[in-house]
Amino acid sequence: MTTPDHRDQLIFELSTPGRKGYSLPAHDVPPAPLEGGVPDGLLRSGLAGFPEMTEVGLVRHFTRLSTWNYGVDTGMYPLGSCTMKYNPKVNEAAARMRGFAEVHPLAPDEAAQGALAIMHALAGMLGEITGLPTVSLQPAAGAHGELTGMMMIRKRLITRDGHPRKLVLIPDSAHGTNPSSAHLCGYQVREIKSCARGNLSVSVLAEAMTPEVAGLMLTNPNTLGMFEDEICDAARIVHEKGGLVYCDGANMNALIGKARPGDFGVDIMHLNLHKTFSTPHGGGGPGSGPVVATREFEPFLPTPVVVATRDGLRLDYDRPLSIGRVKAFHGNFGMILRAYAYIRALGPKGIRESAENAVLNANYVRARLRDAYEVPYDRVNMHEVIFSDHKQNEYGVTTLDIAKRLIDLGFHPPTIYFPLIVHGALMVEPTESEGLDELDRFVEAMLQIAEEARTNPDLLKKAPVTTRRSRFDEATAARKPILKWTRPVG
Amino acid sequence: MYPQTYKYTNDHEWIDLATGRMGVTDYAQKQLGDIVFLELPEVGKTVKKGEQMGSVESVKAVSEIFAPVSGTIAEVNAGLAEKPESINLDAHGSWMVAITPADPAEAQELLDAAQYAELTK
Repeated sequence: MTTPDHRDQLIFELSTPGRKGYSLPAHDVPPAPLEGGVPDGLLRSGLAGFPEMTEVGLVRHFTRLSTWNYGVDTGMYPLGSCTMKYNPKVNEAAARMRGFAEVHPLAPDEAAQGALAIMHALAGMLGEITGLPTVSLQPAAGAHGELTGMMMIRKRLITRDGHPRKLVLIPDSAHGTNPSSAHLCGYQVREIKSCARGNLSVSVLAEAMTPEVAGLMLTNPNTLGMFEDEICDAARIVHEKGGLVYCDGANMNALIGKARPGDFGVDIMHLNLHKTFSTPHGGGGPGSGPVVATREFEPFLPTPVVVATRDGLRLDYDRPLSIGRVKAFHGNFGMILRAYAYIRALGPKGIRESAENAVLNANYVRARLRDAYEVPYDRVNMHEVIFSDHKQNEYGVTTLDIAKRLIDLGFHPPTIYFPLIVHGALMVEPTESEGLDELDRFVEAMLQIAEEARTNPDLLKKAPVTTRRSRFDEATAARKPILKWTRPVG
Repeated sequence: MYPQTYKYTNDHEWIDLATGRMGVTDYAQKQLGDIVFLELPEVGKTVKKGEQMGSVESVKAVSEIFAPVSGTIAEVNAGLAEKPESINLDAHGSWMVAITPADPAEAQELLDAAQYAELTK
């Protein structure tokens, strides 16, 4: 008979009726019944199903789970397009300062001058870094920023022309959220095919750009890791027909301190503080996706906006052309604060160096792996590089196998099967956080896998073998997901 | 490999012009991997050739289903939406919707089995 391993049990399965994790002193006031004081409809009749644990049992459960985790604090996390850079601990110290951590979101302006000063200063910095001085810090993440930006484009066109136009042009290498955001704003999406170099084709764009088109939504550098070097011409083509240029700022990490989207024709974009500006990302979040735009967008900013007056900073709600509020309170303030701390810590020189090292690291990985793996766009890339499984297919090995084997060798896998226009894509973004020694360990692991694909493909098919669980049945998990634990009958 | 009685699109859909039933090809199924979810148009919806009319989600990605011809959705295979894994087992037998074509001339632009096989080489 096998005993179920208690280490794999859910907290509900570890629960024992009557067990307690607390010990309270006797009441020093007479108990007051809730009945009568609280409306019946708001009273919960019982707390059935809550796990009952001792304190030490609870601590061990969650500490054990945390040791199975993999994060940027454990090792390199080269998840392309996600910019999993290190989250400096000094930012955490700043975010925990009592004056910030305990300020009430509804505090009157005069009692929250410190928090408002951080928001005002960060807006100024983001405006300077992007060349787009009109800023809203409200959006909660990247896709939310896209939606906010597209709503502002729509409002601006309605105000200018009386109608919002019909179409939005999006390159085929775009993040899936781009067409979704445009669609949610009532636009039809038309896809633009990339050229053989992996870039936006200006001639294809010129053909598609009609007076029906509200704008172009693009990512620069794009998701193939390539800088859109004809962006100025592309922007001119869009502007000449009265359209606007939206930039997805997911890949801004390659450009900060080096090139300003406002200078190459972008009208409005979002930034991901949880990518480019080092705030925690993926489980540790929440995210933050500020929108930055040209001065023409000022009237349409979400309310409220932090403005400087003779009597100090205040939140301005009186903006009749605003698209309205897009987030409760003031955005994810803790992230705004961490991003501010990051920019201040790096300074102008550090910001530039972070972009340079991010690009250098990605090119180093490409140069060292280009013989072992196919590089579909083998030229100087920006902050990320795309490989494919083309060479390994010969031995029956796919991108998924390579990714799973990387786990055995101590690395988080890169982004796989994205962008969709590359067959079997492996998208590697080392970020500037990694030094040469860690990059070399990653490269050696990838070279070892390429060799194993040739000599022992079965090993890759079985990977990972060093983890507590090997391959999951991802198809069944997606088809028949079990989203809630239910108590076994009997 | 590809049934001779079907016609094919560059976007990897097949259509049986005798019944109007369409699905995705075996090549598409292999590229997508394990299919987990289908989103199909409703009966009565008019679709335009080449425009998105639904989506197919696999463990790898969500991909669009394009209308192989213009017309009206006459039938939807609700059973397939409940068992999308059938597409991985038999893509050419797993019809998604039936379309009543609006313009028979459009069918001339579709690929035959040999042309499609050439495309996927």
